[in-house]
Amino acid sequence: MSAVIEEIDTPTAWPDWFRAQQNAALADYEATPAPTRKDEAWRFANIGALDLSAFRPAAPVSSEGRLINLSTGLAGVSAKMVFANNALLHQDTGRLPAGVLLKPLDVAAREDEALFRKYFMAQPVELGSHKYAALHKARVATGAFLYVPKNTEVTLPIELFHWVEGENASVFPHTLIVCGENSKVTVIDHFRSADQKRAFACGVNDLHLERGAQLTYIGVQDWARESLAFHINSTIVDCDALATSLNANFGGGFVRGESLSRLTGEGARSVMLSLNPMDGERQIDQRTLQDHVAPRASSDLLYLNSLDGSARTIFAGLIKVGEGAHRTDAYQKVRNLMLSDEAEANSMPGLEILADDVRCTHGATTGEISDDELFYMEARGIPRQTGRRLILNGFFQTLLERLESEDLRTYLGGMVSKKLSVPV
Amino acid sequence: MSLSIQNLRANIGDREILKGLNLEVPKGEVHAIMGKNGSGKSTLAKVMAGHPSYEVTSGDVLLDGRSLLEMEPDECSRSGLFLAFQYPMEIPGVTIANFLRAALQARLPEGEEIDAVAYYKDLYAKMDALKIDRSFTSRSVNDGFSGGEKKRCEILQMAMLKPSYAVLDETDSGLDIDALKIVSEGVNALRGPDTGFLVITHYQRLLNYIVPDVVHVMVDGRIVLSGDKSLALKLEAEGYDWVEKEAAAAA
Repeated sequence: MSAVIEEIDTPTAWPDWFRAQQNAALADYEATPAPTRKDEAWRFANIGALDLSAFRPAAPVSSEGRLINLSTGLAGVSAKMVFANNALLHQDTGRLPAGVLLKPLDVAAREDEALFRKYFMAQPVELGSHKYAALHKARVATGAFLYVPKNTEVTLPIELFHWVEGENASVFPHTLIVCGENSKVTVIDHFRSADQKRAFACGVNDLHLERGAQLTYIGVQDWARESLAFHINSTIVDCDALATSLNANFGGGFVRGESLSRLTGEGARSVMLSLNPMDGERQIDQRTLQDHVAPRASSDLLYLNSLDGSARTIFAGLIKVGEGAHRTDAYQKVRNLMLSDEAEANSMPGLEILADDVRCTHGATTGEISDDELFYMEARGIPRQTGRRLILNGFFQTLLERLESEDLRTYLGGMVSKKLSVPV
Repeated sequence: MSLSIQNLRANIGDREILKGLNLEVPKGEVHAIMGKNGSGKSTLAKVMAGHPSYEVTSGDVLLDGRSLLEMEPDECSRSGLFLAFQYPMEIPGVTIANFLRAALQARLPEGEEIDAVAYYKDLYAKMDALKIDRSFTSRSVNDGFSGGEKKRCEILQMAMLKPSYAVLDETDSGLDIDALKIVSEGVNALRGPDTGFLVITHYQRLLNYIVPDVVHVMVDGRIVLSGDKSLALKLEAEGYDWVEKEAAAAA
C-alpha cells in the first residue's frame, strides 16, 4: 500500500457524511486499476511517471509566516487565501461584496452543506483520471470554496495560493467556484513550491456558471521542476454565461491536465486557454473535452506549447456535439513551437458530432521559429539568442491578448517574460 | 569614411546574382540604385546585411574600413548599418516598444540599462514626426499593418537606431503619395554629414522626394552607369534598354 494514501496526523474535522464519502472514494481509488497505455485516455502517456510509491502525506510547513509573505501576485485584489501542505494558513476576505462566500472547503461543508453537496465534485471525471480524482476526494483536507450570489460583481480578482513544501510531500489543492446568475468574478489559483524538492500535487478545480455569469479563471502552475501533478478541471456553463479559463504551466516534471467544458444552456460560451513553455525533460499531458449539450453554444480552445530540450507534450482534445446541440460553434487549436530536435509534441485533436448545422474547426500545427523573423531581429542589432527569446515570448503573449483585463495581461505577460528571461 | 562595396560576387544556390559589383557611398551622401526587377538590387541589400541565404564568393563590403562580411547580421547592425526591408517581417506578440528597446539595449555595454523615460520620450517624438499613432508602441511589430504603416515603422526604427549608413530597399513600394511624402520627410530629416544613404528603387518617383547626390544603374549584378539625378529622369523617360545596350557593347 502506497504511503500517499495514509491519513495525515491532524485530519480535517470534516462532517461525518463527508467522511463517509471519503471512505467510499478511497475504496474506489484502490479498486480502480492504474491506467495503462492501452487506455485511449492515456495514449502516448508516460505511465511510468505515475508511480506514487515515494510520496508521503505532507507535514506542517516549517514557517507559515514566510509562505504568507511570499504569497503575492497582482497588485490589487479583493480577497486572498493561502493554503500550504493541505492546511489554511491565512485568509483575507473582508473586502468582498455582501453575500459573497469565500471560505475554506471544510468550513463550507459544515456551514453551507446544501451548496457544497450540490457542487462538490459533482461531475464524473471522464478524461482518464477517475482514479486520481478518487484519491483527491479521499484525501482532500481543505481548499477554497467561493460562491458569488446572483447579480453580484466582484471587481478585483480573488487570489488563492496553494503551496507545497518538503521532499515527496503530497498535496490535494481544491478550488470550487459557483457563480450565481449574472454574477462576475475573476479568480487566480497560484500553485507554488516552497522549495525545489520533488512533490506530488493532485488538484481539482470545478467551476459552475449559472445563467449569464462571467468567470475568468487563471491557474498559474509553478511546482518544483521534478514534481508530479494532476490538475483535474470541469467547467459547467449555463445559458449566456461566459467562462474564460487560462492554465499557465511553468513548472512540474510531469503534469497531467484534464479540462472539461460542458455547455448546458443556450448561448453559453467557454474559452479554454493554456500556455506551456516546456524545457529540460519536463512533460505535460493535457486532455480536453468541449462537451456541447445545449444548442447555440460556443467553445473556443487555444493551447500553446513551446518545446525545448527533450521536453514532451501530449494534447488530446475532443469536441463533442450532442444530439440537439444544433448551431454549435466550436473551435479547437493547439500550436507547438519546436525549439529543439530532441523534443516531442503529440497532438490528437478530435471531433464527434451528432447534431446538424454546426460549425466545428479543429487543428494542430507544429513549427519552428522562422529564420526570416530571426534575421529581421538580427538586422536591428538584436543578438540571435535574444531574438529567439523575444519571438518565443511573443508567441505566448498573443494568447494573453485574449484576456479582457489589462492588469491580468500585464501580470501574466511579465511572468512569461521572467520565465523566459526576457527583459520587460 | 564610406560604405564601400568592392568587386562583390554572391550566389543564391548555384546561381550568381552579384557579378563583381563596385560602389562607394561616402558618408553624408545619398546614392540611389535603380534597376529592373531581377537585376540584383535586393540581393545586394540582403548580402550587405548578412542574410544567411546568400553566399559571397569574392569581394568585400567595408563600413568605414571594417568588413561587414566577417560579421554576424546583428554585429553589422550594431556597427552602424541599417537595412529598411522591402517586406518587413511580422512578429506576433512582440511589441514595437519592446522590439526597439531590445535593439537599443543590445548597443549598450554589458550591465548598463536603458533609461526607460528618455527612451519613451524619444520614441514618441519620432512617432509623432512620422505621423504614427502612439498606440502603435503596444502593437506587435508589423502585425496586421498596412503597407504604408510597415514602411513608416521601418523609418521609425532607422530614426531610433541612428545608423551611419542606411540601405533602403524599395521603401517606396506599396506607398500612396501621402505615405511616400511622410516616409521621404523621415529620411530627409536624417540626412546630414553623419549618415550615408543607399536608396534602392524601381521607380524615379521616390527620387523627387529624396533627391540623390548620385544615381547608379544596376544591370545583371553590376553597376553599369552612374550619374547625377538627371540620370533617374532619363531612365524614367526612356527605360533601361539603352543602358543595357551600352553595357553589352562595353562588355
